[in-house]
This record gives sequence, structure tokens and C-alpha cells, in this order.
Amino acid sequence: MTTPPAAAPGGVVPAATLDVAWARRFVAEAAAVVAENRVALSELDRVIGDGDHGENLARGFAAVSAAIEQAETATVGDVLKLVATTLMSTVGGAAGPLYGTAFLRAAKVTDAPTVDGQGVHSLLDAALEGVVARGKAKVGDKTMVDAWQPAVEAAAAAADAGESPAAVLRAAADAAATGAASTDDLVALKGRASYLGERSVGHRDPGAASSVLLLDAAARAAGDA
Amino acid sequence: MSAAGRGAGSGLGGRTHSKDERATGLVLVSHSALLAGGVVELAAQMAPDVVLRPAGGTDDARLGTSFDVVERAIAAELDAGCSGVVLLADIGSARMTAEAVIEALDDPRVVLAGGAFVEGAVAAAVTAQTGGDVAQVVASVAAASRQVALELPSEPASPLADAADAAAAAAPSAARTAPQIRLDIPAATSRHTVTVRNPQGLHARPAAALVRLAGSFNASVLLDGANAASLLAVMGLGLQQGDEVVVQASGPDRAAAVTALVEAFEGGFGEL
Repeated sequence: MTTPPAAAPGGVVPAATLDVAWARRFVAEAAAVVAENRVALSELDRVIGDGDHGENLARGFAAVSAAIEQAETATVGDVLKLVATTLMSTVGGAAGPLYGTAFLRAAKVTDAPTVDGQGVHSLLDAALEGVVARGKAKVGDKTMVDAWQPAVEAAAAAADAGESPAAVLRAAADAAATGAASTDDLVALKGRASYLGERSVGHRDPGAASSVLLLDAAARAAGDA
Repeated sequence: MSAAGRGAGSGLGGRTHSKDERATGLVLVSHSALLAGGVVELAAQMAPDVVLRPAGGTDDARLGTSFDVVERAIAAELDAGCSGVVLLADIGSARMTAEAVIEALDDPRVVLAGGAFVEGAVAAAVTAQTGGDVAQVVASVAAASRQVALELPSEPASPLADAADAAAAAAPSAARTAPQIRLDIPAATSRHTVTVRNPQGLHARPAAALVRLAGSFNASVLLDGANAASLLAVMGLGLQQGDEVVVQASGPDRAAAVTALVEAFEGGFGEL
């Protein structure tokens, strides 16, 4: 797949607010990083799932990239909503309704033209709420919630400390990475991996891994590489 | 039967429906188009007038579920005049996609039924065929799924199984000799033996009528020891014309329940 990677604007002082341009850069960054990691994500999924997470997500974000070329988007929320509906229609696997619901809930709290540090926290919190509402998982079940929950907590702390949106996203992405790594030693309690029971131990949850990629893409798109 | 949907426009029964509004429609959601289509085929056998649609696989015919495929199936059923639409989904992500569509539609006529995919679909189809509304169809899926759960082998580690074992130990000898799960009947019961008169035995339509009748009383009704309010339990008895069956009931309306059921048996559930 060919996705034009948007160069992270290095050396730029982090802005106090993020706008629709950030959201569109995020889509490009996400599509690129998911495409790069397509095989690795499916490899994780092959061990404890049905082996299509990377392909499914890459197909979904390729479709998002194509759709956004044509779309008029005025706000961050417009972009997130487009991501949501496109993923739900094109991914096919569990990541479709899970990320779809996450982006949809996030879109609902970001209809203003710009998003500040607290706004980023609200966006991530709504996304987590969507993942939990759809997947009914909690921390420790070896799912993407193990990445999202600490990410939202870190974002809350950073936002309360008055950090820039980029710094809030960076804090979230870093906490998500730690959270995703913690799934290595867990027994899967949700999804098809749960049928493996103890045999799922020693493998990272693919959804937690892709969540890290997306949050990292969001942080880099905000200029905090 | 093609996986492309039946009922609306397929001419199999649905078109001959004379009422302005059709029965409750069903959408079967699965990662597999073959599986969704197969369950439609199976359920349709017992429900010729019900609009049944598979929503299996993705837009480009891969394994998976698609928001758009599910949404289109629902829209087609509503367009066909269904008064409501009940979705059934098999495993996790099909269920999540169905939930996401329902959340987006936000239409009280469209609901997802939780429960066993195959057994639930058959029970739902029969209930819809006999005029059940959305709530009744959903309840029939739950009842069929509970019946499936009753037939699970016991698992001593689980508190649920422990309770079931304790109930079995306390039950009279019928519980030990019967191959099926039987319910423990408290002392105050009414009972009566009747003969099945329907020429084709207690097939789907009379069975569904019986289940609805049994469920309409404030009483726990058993048919040869099987739960008369469960379609699958009743059909599992495989009652043929000429078979004798014991109707018994407990609870406040037990006498009325037994009387009504005996009358219904003797009238062949409207088929004679």
C-alpha cells in the first residue's frame, strides 16, 4: 500500500491547541505506521487469535486515507468520525467495532475547532469508554484496555499539570506502551484468545500493540516525536 | 438457498403474506457468510413467512463482519415491512459489530438478542412466524439458550453446577431416571395425561402455540417433566400423534394452566 507519510514537523514548539490539520496528519501517520507493522501485528495475532489483525487494520486505515482525500473536514471531530465509520465498515475483525466505537465517542467530545491539553484527555477518555462499552473488557483481561487505561490516566495527569496537547499525547502513548508490554504475562480473558487460556501467556495482545502505534502516531502528528 | 437473503422478494412465503405489516424479521450476523446463510436456511424451514437475512462476511467476501453489510440487511427488512428486526450474532466481533450498528441506528424496532446462534435463531424464527413481536422473539432466544445451557455437562468447580447437583440430589426419582434435565416440582401440583392428536405430531407451529399458552399462566408447567415454556424443550420431546403426555403444573394458576393445556391438546392446537 502507498500512503504518503506526513513528516513530523520536528523542532516546532508544541502548540497550545490542536486543530483539524493535526487530525489529518494523525490519519496519515497512523496509516503509515499500521502499514509498516502490518505483518508484525498479524504475527502477534496468529499466535493467540485468528492472524488477521495487521491486514485488517492496514486495510481499514488505507480506506481511511482514501476517504479523507475526498472529505471536507472542519473540526477534529469530523476527522475522527470519518475514521470511525470507515474502520467499522472495512476492518472486518474485532478491531473494527472496537476502534470504530472509540473514534466515534472521541468525535462526540471534539466538535470545537481546536483541542487543548484537557481536550486531548477528554478525547482519549471518551475513546476508552467506547472500547470498554463495546468490548466489556477491563484492565488485566489482556486486551487493548490494558494499553488504553494507563494511557488515559497518564493523559489526565499531564493535562492537569498544564502540559501542551502534544505532551499529553506523548504521556499517553508512553503509558500505553508500558501497559501493552504488561499483557505479555497475562492470561487472555476476552476474545478468541481466551479460548487458549494459559497458553496465551508469553504473547503480547495485538490490540494493545496496535493501540500503542495509534497513540504514538497521534503524539508525533502533534509535533512531539 | 442462496446466502443472498430470502423472504423479501424471494417468493418463498413472504410475498403471500397478506397483512400490511410483516412479522418480526431476523438478521443473522456472523464472520462467515456460509454460516449466516446456513442458519437462515435452517430457521427458514420452520418459518416460511418470516423475513430472514444473513449478514455474514465483509463487503469484499472475506471472513469478518461489516457495519455496512449488517446495516443494509436491517434496512432491507424494514423496507420489506417488518414491524421490527431482531439480530442474532455468533462470536465476539460479530456481536460487537451488531451492537455498533444498533447503537448508530438508535431505533427501538431494532434489537440484538443475546444467546445461542443456531438454537436461538430457530426459536426466534418460530416465534416470529407465530406472530411474536420483537420482545417475544428476544425472549424466545433467551429461553432456547437457557435450554442449551441446561444440557451442558456439569462442572463441579462451578457454583452454578454445584447448585444444580444439589437440586438433582433433592429431586424425586424421576430426576434420576430421565435422560433430560427435569425440574423439581414442589408438592402442590396439578397433573393430567393427554394424547397428542395432531396428525404431524407436535411440530413447530403447535409447539410454539403450546409454549406461549404455557407461558401465559402464573405457574410452572411441565410436559413429561420438560419445561413447557421452552420451545426447544418441548420440541425435544419429539411428540408424535397418539403419544401420551403428562401435563403437570405448580404455582398459583396450576389448575387453570393444566385445564387450558389439556383443552389445547384435545383441540390439536387449532389444527384439527
